[in-house]
Amino acid sequence: MDRKDFLTGLKRKAKTVPATVNTQSFRTNSGINIYTGAWTEQEIVHLLKRTMFGAKKGDVDYFKTKTMSQTVDELLNPTAPNPAPPIKEYTTSTQPGTPDGNIAQGTTWVNDINNDGTVQSQRRASYKKWLTGNMINQDRSIKEKMLMFLIDKFGNEAGDIGNGNWVYRQQDLIRQNVLGNYKSLVTNITKDIAMLRYLNGYLNQASAPDENYARELMELFTLGKGPGSQYTENDVKEAAKVLTGWQVNTTTYTTVFTSSRHSTVNKTFSSFFNNTVITGRTGATAGDLELTDLINMIFAQQEVAKYIVRKFYRWFVYYEIDAATETNVITPLADIFRSSNYELKPMLAALFKSEHFFDQLNRGCMIKNPADHIIGSLREMNTSFPVASDWDTSYGLWNTFYSWMVLTGQNLHDPPNVSGMPAYYQEPSFHELWINSDSLPKRNQFTDFMINSGYVRNGFRVRFDCVEFAKTLSNPGNPNDLMEEALSILYRNDLLPQTKGQIKTQILLTGQQYDYYWTNAWAAYISNPTTANYNTVNLRLKTLFQYFFNLSEYQLA
Amino acid sequence: MKRRDFLLNTIPAAAILPEVINGYSVKAFNINSPLVQALMRGTTLTDHVLVIIQLSGGNDGLNMVIPIDAMYSNYFNARSNVAIPQNKVLPIAGVATTGIHTVMTGLQSLFTEGKAKVIQAVGYPQPNFSHFRATDIWMSGSNSNQEVYSGWAGRYLNYEYPNFPSGYPTTAMPDPLAIQIGSSTTLTSQGPTANMGMSITNPTTFYNLISGTTDPAPSTPAGKELTYIRTVNQQTQQYSTVIKNAANLITQQAPYPTNNSLGDQLKIVARLISGGLKTRVYMVSTGGFDTHSVQVNSGDTTTGNHANLLKRVSDAIKAFQDDLKFQGVEDRVVGMTYSEFGRRIKSNSSTGTDHGAAAPMFLFGSKIESGMLGVNPTIPANASVNDNIPMQYDFRSIYATLLEKWFCLDKTIVDSLFPPNVNTQLQSLPLLKAGACSGITPPPPTDTNSLITNYPNPFTSGTTIKFKTQGGRTLIQIIDTLGRVIKVPVDTDYASSGTYTIPFDGEGLPSGVYYARFQNGVTQQVRAMLKVRE
Repeated sequence: MDRKDFLTGLKRKAKTVPATVNTQSFRTNSGINIYTGAWTEQEIVHLLKRTMFGAKKGDVDYFKTKTMSQTVDELLNPTAPNPAPPIKEYTTSTQPGTPDGNIAQGTTWVNDINNDGTVQSQRRASYKKWLTGNMINQDRSIKEKMLMFLIDKFGNEAGDIGNGNWVYRQQDLIRQNVLGNYKSLVTNITKDIAMLRYLNGYLNQASAPDENYARELMELFTLGKGPGSQYTENDVKEAAKVLTGWQVNTTTYTTVFTSSRHSTVNKTFSSFFNNTVITGRTGATAGDLELTDLINMIFAQQEVAKYIVRKFYRWFVYYEIDAATETNVITPLADIFRSSNYELKPMLAALFKSEHFFDQLNRGCMIKNPADHIIGSLREMNTSFPVASDWDTSYGLWNTFYSWMVLTGQNLHDPPNVSGMPAYYQEPSFHELWINSDSLPKRNQFTDFMINSGYVRNGFRVRFDCVEFAKTLSNPGNPNDLMEEALSILYRNDLLPQTKGQIKTQILLTGQQYDYYWTNAWAAYISNPTTANYNTVNLRLKTLFQYFFNLSEYQLA
Repeated sequence: MKRRDFLLNTIPAAAILPEVINGYSVKAFNINSPLVQALMRGTTLTDHVLVIIQLSGGNDGLNMVIPIDAMYSNYFNARSNVAIPQNKVLPIAGVATTGIHTVMTGLQSLFTEGKAKVIQAVGYPQPNFSHFRATDIWMSGSNSNQEVYSGWAGRYLNYEYPNFPSGYPTTAMPDPLAIQIGSSTTLTSQGPTANMGMSITNPTTFYNLISGTTDPAPSTPAGKELTYIRTVNQQTQQYSTVIKNAANLITQQAPYPTNNSLGDQLKIVARLISGGLKTRVYMVSTGGFDTHSVQVNSGDTTTGNHANLLKRVSDAIKAFQDDLKFQGVEDRVVGMTYSEFGRRIKSNSSTGTDHGAAAPMFLFGSKIESGMLGVNPTIPANASVNDNIPMQYDFRSIYATLLEKWFCLDKTIVDSLFPPNVNTQLQSLPLLKAGACSGITPPPPTDTNSLITNYPNPFTSGTTIKFKTQGGRTLIQIIDTLGRVIKVPVDTDYASSGTYTIPFDGEGLPSGVYYARFQNGVTQQVRAMLKVRE
């Protein structure tokens, strides 16, 4: 019953090339000194596109009144409460024997024990929709993006776990620690029922140790396989023995430690771990005591902080880590991470406030993942959604956008394997893996669709309203200002002046050479919003935005 | 969707006027109705191509096509500061009363070769003087007071190629239906639900596509990723390969004028046509015609801004026509120029002209009946600032004639592509040489065998549809009496021929007639199914 290990072991062979040294002339030597340069819309948009899903104009304007340091601190210290848990938005099956009639539609299922396969697949679907809704409605903080990162980092496949309640609870565990202590998160996720199920921890016992979790704990969650990581196969075997005895109670959905299944021998580790011996324990506390020893031993290694910081770097900055970046960014950030005993916030604050993060060379080079593309565009276009109480409409629409992320290559909480999304580890392409001959046309179809018709559920239409978007800009009657301002939100890389001129003339001016034709059309619409006047501006704005979304520049953040 | 749903998709509910509703929809269709006839028709097999040249800004038609008969003095008096001297007007073959602008020597020689036609005073009732609105009217073919959100060519292409872009490219139509050179596809090629055109941003984009290069990007990480995405973007343009292949077949072209942006565009069009694309409509444009001031050099009114614009148009068209001849494809191509409006008869005091109404159009091509249609516009002896050229021909009649006599559509179909309050007035005009449509394969006659049946019929809630496909793409659309496609139960590629059945669930549908339209290869059949109350 080691299928996961077998499959992922095969799939991951290609990636274990050490990450580093691909020196390109265009990389930079800047480090983690605090950035003291300009704090303008440019910098705010850069920061928001990396730490949230899209840079909404309202958020950009809000942070213009703050300093860079205040902005980063605010993003890292969310105050909004966590969203209410997912609800039963599906219909109770009328098949006899499908037993979740005890929960009313519109109320949450997360505390209801139910092992029916149909019910659990409905709950998983409900959870995915809810997760998507949380991203769309994210508060002004890094929380939802960190959550997506950490869920991906632990690489569990909801479909494999099967039980939607367990999947939800794993999410909740991560959410509670999303800006907390990484070391304690790893400790707790080791005992998480979904993780025990996914990486076979529940099968791991003294008489038949299962190495699956122990291996990924070192290889994926803490140490990695880089040159600074020298743990041995025997270390994996010994760690597996430490982790014996944990099980899942499937009638209470709780973690159980069964001391009779625990290996009570002493566990001896290699010289990489200074030949540490974890004393074998017995009794009810044995599992926790040994786990604590194991986590302490692993986190005592310098490499843990470096490996994790590299993961963050690839998620928030860029995928290429050359020698200068390793020395000037990864190493000092790892020092901060370690010296704060693996608290996430100090390390993240240092990263997002650094010269390196705001370095021109690190701007506009992040290929959007599907969530950035789909959710980001919904947010940047100020797309209206139904009120929360209209849960049937909301969940139905969230499902549409969840499905679009799947279509374009990202299934939330369901990565291809325990390594997470290949774009964040697969050498040498990394983020470029998001864009291919299948995904790129679909991305364009999505934005085309959102501009032209959008989606309707229960009579509520969700679409990109280009006219309303234009109204949020400061001077939409001037075609140059309109384009500049829209692009400052949507793009990170400026278009050539002649390209902008061409787009303006051909689309906004319908081939005319004078700007005032647009100005007059807009003014006519504002002063007299008849259907005809609306259509004149809407037709041109739709074409303009569709064009913006279809240019390659839109795929970068 | 969606042949024939012009009606329903082009006018949003909020904009529907009661008479429009009556005009469009409240009809009971029987098997002889135009709707059903249209549904049963296949794709017309023609290799004809239309090239549409848009002159943006409102071209001063009166200084492009100039009276040289007794009307000249009224012309001169109305606009002496911009008027072309009578002895500088170029005569055109076969037309005694009228000539063209001094610089249009290229077009003049096309008239001599019998390949050009001028149509006088083309417009529409209640002209609109806004560039935007007037352009939308010209592109959609709507009335002045009517909002239509599809283009005339888009509706035509939608009729010939229903369901585009779903399932395209096909073996029969592997190429783009329409190509626009310009940043985006325009309203002209907008079909009822999808745009039927693809755009080539500019000539550079086209040559990049052929050579497989992308625009330069900075040598930064952002530039690196941008180049990567652009490369994928180019590779995934649905039609990039066919365009590339067509372009690469043509290694030699007749000379084109340099520094002529319209010529650059037409050169690409000629290359794609002669390279074998089956694309039916090409759209190019050139701007700058909004000549409110300094339209001419006051020292010599045959020179200046407008003269440069007209020379660009004339030189480009001449080179294009010569190239088509050189490539041996000129009999397949017809071109047309239009502008959103003409300009006022009376010039203004800034040696310019203000927004006007009707204006002449040019048609060109070896199959054009050369010469002039219409007469010199009537110019009052003392033209006032508000005087406009009265319309002689409705622009929709030009479109309709091209659809009927060049794209060889049945007149009833042509009418159906225009709003009902327009289509009763469409004229069939003498624009093309007789026989332009001979040799064109009309759609095959309806197969007398029943390829699609249903049982029970009438039905109450559900019925079973049985159809016989020859293999290949097979489409069944369920269409209500309003012409709306309400379901597409079959849109499948069958590996081989055979007879299949599918259930049709009519639960929840109002009772009445529903048409099951079957399409397979060039064959269409329509089965009328009647839903009755239990």
